Amino acid sequence: MRRAVLISVPYVWLLALFLIPFAVVFKISLSDIALAIPPYTPTAKDGIWTMLTQLDFENFVFLTEDDLYWKAYVSSLRIAVISTILTLIVGYPMAYAMARAPSEWRPTLLMLVILPFWTSFLIRVYAWVGILSGEGFLNQFLLWTGVISDPLTILNTNTAVYIGIVYTYLPFMILPIYSALDRLDGSLIEAAEDLGCSRIKAFWLITIPLSKNGIIAGCFLVFIPALGEFVIPSLLGGSGTLMIGKVLFEEFFSNRDWPVASAVAVILLLILIIPIVLFQRNEQRQAEAEQ
Amino acid sequence: MTRLSPFNVVSLTLGFVFLYVPMLILIIYSFNESKLVTVWAGFSTKWYGELLSNDAFLDAAWVTLRVAVISSTIATVLGTMAAYVLVRGGRFFGRTLFSGMIYAPLVMPEVITGLSLLLLFIGIGLDRGVLTIVLAHTTFSMCFVSVVVSSRLMTFDRSLEEAALDLGASAFDAFRLVTLPIIAPAVISGWLLAFTLSLDDLVIASFTSGPSATTLPMKIWSSVRLGVSPEINALSTILIGLVTVGVIAASLGSKQAALRAKRDEQTAARTA
Repeated sequence: MRRAVLISVPYVWLLALFLIPFAVVFKISLSDIALAIPPYTPTAKDGIWTMLTQLDFENFVFLTEDDLYWKAYVSSLRIAVISTILTLIVGYPMAYAMARAPSEWRPTLLMLVILPFWTSFLIRVYAWVGILSGEGFLNQFLLWTGVISDPLTILNTNTAVYIGIVYTYLPFMILPIYSALDRLDGSLIEAAEDLGCSRIKAFWLITIPLSKNGIIAGCFLVFIPALGEFVIPSLLGGSGTLMIGKVLFEEFFSNRDWPVASAVAVILLLILIIPIVLFQRNEQRQAEAEQ
Repeated sequence: MTRLSPFNVVSLTLGFVFLYVPMLILIIYSFNESKLVTVWAGFSTKWYGELLSNDAFLDAAWVTLRVAVISSTIATVLGTMAAYVLVRGGRFFGRTLFSGMIYAPLVMPEVITGLSLLLLFIGIGLDRGVLTIVLAHTTFSMCFVSVVVSSRLMTFDRSLEEAALDLGASAFDAFRLVTLPIIAPAVISGWLLAFTLSLDDLVIASFTSGPSATTLPMKIWSSVRLGVSPEINALSTILIGLVTVGVIAASLGSKQAALRAKRDEQTAARTA
């Protein structure tokens, strides 16, 4: 009896507030926009059968016909891939150095990586507005050192979006790689070096393959949220920065076209299913390997 | 593995400079006299004064705090229940769906979660305000709590629970007197995580709130869209300060709690 309550309370909560909302989104993505409250037709008031017969895939056809959406999906994918790679390039050496640091430093280093994660995401993105703008700190600094003679335009470009994503998601990359490297048995590398492997070769042949799961986990943890990102492209990106999260937000709040916004959400979800399934498989494999 | 090469030192230094300099600049310029945020015009705390006399910000902070406390508390209860069911519940109908619903929100883009909840709330005719934000925040943060708590449940010694049951404790008493004290540090960090996620959320709150409730991130958002402002720098400094103190205190506290829990567990295991 108690077990039934224990299971059903969180179960029903998630069904009602996680699964059913998706069904609603899916249904509305098949509806038509209307000048009414709520602004779509048909609704359940028209009777279930009439409602079902009036649903169609018009919005999805519309999404394939209008280039804007295609471009937004492709450009989101490109921005997410590039920034994931950049985050890996910045994060791996940090995780590697942390794993090699003396053990009494490690808790402090870990804390320094985790602290920004607890700090408001919005504020961390906002901090870059003042740095990257035309008369911002970066330009002032570069002009002062004489590296450049005219201020660079960085804010409101894709470069600013890459910087924003790398900055905010860096802890998600560092932590899984660090935990993989931390478990790595140092004697393996010593053995390789004793057997005549150069340091760099030992790194490529042993360290990288043994930290593979951490790298994969870190990349997914950056890639998946970056793909649907809204705050970073809106604050740091320009009018030319097309990202699907921003398109969805604008479609909903500015154009008030709920059916199209829902269709955009359904497709974003379909695109995300593949990386999410791959990510969970990687996590499961790792959990099994540990047991 | 404990020799840092020069390359390691350089990558750590540059990495931490990258992580911390933007926040430092924000903090320094919150004490700037000038309204022009990139020109230093002398030290002043006037922006803090303006911030604290700005009712819109104070109201938003109050809404945010209420939402965060209520939603993280409900999320902690539900998330702990869910974790217990997943780790200890055995097989039941729809278990795969249940674990899928626990893990999916962790990676779901906020725009989708927000949109779907908003459409649900409108569909059932629920007025948008503090209540709907609380429902939305509870839903996604309970999943984070559940992940944190279940990882602790998986590693603890199950024979302690069994001993309590063998000695005649009811399942509920065994949970209350044995399991809960042991997993308490994980439950607390789950609550803190849920609390922070709620304080921080902009996108889901924008979708699910109505005109009657504006949260602090929504207020910050509407003002930073217009550019950098010294008042927001002051607010950011206060928030960064609170988080820093909180994280340091929590990590010291949880270290002690973890040590104590481990000691208790060992003593219990020895006497059992």
